[in-house]
Amino acid sequence: MEICAVYEGDLNLKATELRLGLPGTDEPEKQNMSSVRNNKRASPDTAEDGGSKGDSDAKKQAQVVGWPPIRSYRKNSFQSKKTEVETGMYVKVSMDGAPYLRKIDLKVCKGYADLLKAVENMFKLTIGEYSEREGYKGSEYAPTYEDKDGDWMLVGDVPWDMFISSCKRLRIMKGSEAKGLASGV
Amino acid sequence: MNYFPEEVLEHVFDFLKSHRDRNAVSLVCKSWYRVERFSRERVFIGNCYAINPDRLIERFPRLRSLTLKGKPHFADFNLVPHDWGGFVYPWIDAMAKRGVNLEELRLKRMVVSDEGLELLSRSFVNFKSLILVSCEGFTTDGLAAIASNCRFLRELDLQENEVEDHRGQWLSCFPDSCTSLVSLNFACLKGEVNLAALERLMARSCNLRSLKLNHAVPLDTLQKILAQAPQLVDLGTGSFVSDPDSETFRRLRTAIQKCASIKSLSGFLEVAPCCLPAIYPICLNLTTLNLSYAQGIHGSELIKLIRHCGKLQRLWILDCIGDKGLGVVASTCKELQELRVFPSDLHGDGHAAVTEEGLVAISAGCPKLHSLLYFCQQMTNAALITVAKNCPNFTRFRLCIINPTIPDPVTMQPLDEGFGAIVQSCKGLRRLSLSGLLTDQVFLYIGMYAEQLEMLSVAFAGDSDKGMLCVLNGCKKLKKLEIMDSPFGNLALLTDVGKYETMRSLWMSSCEVTLGGCKTLAKKMPRLNVEIINEGDQMEATPDDDRQKVEKMYLYRSLVGARRDAPDFVWTL
Repeated sequence: MEICAVYEGDLNLKATELRLGLPGTDEPEKQNMSSVRNNKRASPDTAEDGGSKGDSDAKKQAQVVGWPPIRSYRKNSFQSKKTEVETGMYVKVSMDGAPYLRKIDLKVCKGYADLLKAVENMFKLTIGEYSEREGYKGSEYAPTYEDKDGDWMLVGDVPWDMFISSCKRLRIMKGSEAKGLASGV
Repeated sequence: MNYFPEEVLEHVFDFLKSHRDRNAVSLVCKSWYRVERFSRERVFIGNCYAINPDRLIERFPRLRSLTLKGKPHFADFNLVPHDWGGFVYPWIDAMAKRGVNLEELRLKRMVVSDEGLELLSRSFVNFKSLILVSCEGFTTDGLAAIASNCRFLRELDLQENEVEDHRGQWLSCFPDSCTSLVSLNFACLKGEVNLAALERLMARSCNLRSLKLNHAVPLDTLQKILAQAPQLVDLGTGSFVSDPDSETFRRLRTAIQKCASIKSLSGFLEVAPCCLPAIYPICLNLTTLNLSYAQGIHGSELIKLIRHCGKLQRLWILDCIGDKGLGVVASTCKELQELRVFPSDLHGDGHAAVTEEGLVAISAGCPKLHSLLYFCQQMTNAALITVAKNCPNFTRFRLCIINPTIPDPVTMQPLDEGFGAIVQSCKGLRRLSLSGLLTDQVFLYIGMYAEQLEMLSVAFAGDSDKGMLCVLNGCKKLKKLEIMDSPFGNLALLTDVGKYETMRSLWMSSCEVTLGGCKTLAKKMPRLNVEIINEGDQMEATPDDDRQKVEKMYLYRSLVGARRDAPDFVWTL
């Protein structure tokens, strides 16, 4: 997502963007092969089908150059959403007391459970159980994140989708600071 | 002969706003022609190659507002190579050299360069309005020039352009003295913008009525802008993501509630559905809603939103609304005049989408509907016949069945009867796009009934030349005809060559027309430019083999002969 590119400064994800196939339908010269009559024009293959050229006419015709009649601007803006998914969304993870930071790809996690398990594996610790009333019980650690407003929030309060769009970085708080968050909030 | 002094004529002509009226008036007699041409300030040119800049300026020296269209319509769908043409630079250059007092420039499907924008910004002191639709070839550097140099700029409206983003500070280039902005639309820009500069610009633009942000503008900035611009009439949000419990979001709600004038809403390029309730207060007054880029709003959230919009006249949405959602539109939006349903899933995977049911529901619930663009999975003749009966007022009817050659799934018949009903019932129909399995019969109906038809788009339709001939013969007002992948050949092309001088243009691709047929046409009609787009060098080897089929042909009437800027792969015969 664009957020990463901004906060990571010179990473310039766009330049190193990995595309899993032909770069969309922007290049008709290359893709438009010689026409065969009776409506079976060769179509530009896109990675999303994974080689479906042999498939039914329906699918093929859906990808003939010029069909469906959707403006390339519109096609491109939808496609870039898909490639954003593919480039991943890496955020820094710091842990109090650790000598260096790590990075984790939020896009790979399907939800909080995945994320916390990944963090636990990465730093060899246990985070404990989340509850709305008491935060994280059962360990001296509390996972927090910095949101778009610059505030430090406890991981787990908001829906996952909202979390990944607002999370700039993660910090695993330890000890008394964490206890402060974990109890009686 | 006229008995009025020229000043009186000029005063009368002042009341004529439409181009057609002015064109008609100029044909009455020589003195009317003269008065009209010296008083015309707004000119519309539907095909930039039909005339050249010098002749334009010669005829209309008081030109102040120019609209130009470049590439053929099918260029939108990647059927025309990028460097085919449609360059605006020569026009800007000519107007600059001849001292035209240009104030407005509107371009569609043209190639615009940074040099052109730079020249534009420096050459016309009173320049006020730049609208670019589906253009390409420029970067944010060109925008920086416009921002820096156009001291009285009122409108900068960028719609669906391919703009290379140089991550510059183009927004910061608006000088502090610039307070004249009425309309700013940069939704199509992909890059970041300087948020602080944007906020300051908005704060000093007290005449601002229309603002459309790009995805890089967060909700926090939106909130700050709205707090200072409660007079906005037209708003396009950028990113609409926030924590509903945050202070930022609370401030946004307050700011939105004060925006009592917003009639048009769009954007939501990134969106967290839980934030949508913030806009419910303004939904009541909306007449235009464009959610066609709001991929983040799905089914139930979308429907919930629409239930608040009882006054909608124009609605653009994605097909994830589903047939049920369209039913809600039908029962809520009784004033609906224009509906566009775009596909959300571009690779034909089959889920989401709408069918004929949704369209029938709309036609039953929205009697004022006159303009439609509908992408769907399937359509039936029965549905089209019902729609035709419910809505006889269609002026624009564009149906796109994603699989273009499927028949009516219930009867397995072609959709000839359905479209036939549409053209028969909708006597004012000016634009029509066909899809589905269609035979020559549908063209018979079109030729017979579509008396007002000006633009027809055909794909994968018809059986023989007869189809195309019916249309050319019957549609007296036809201006633009575009055909792809249909079995029309030389007979259809050559039977009535005079017809093409009454039209703006004809496009035929992947049809049965041969090189020989095109050459014959070009020879017979010297005032037509017959262009062959020859990609892949298929014809280079055998340019004299007249039997070979032409991949893409584009012909148009022109007063200035073959264009001199055509690239190598375009042959003007």
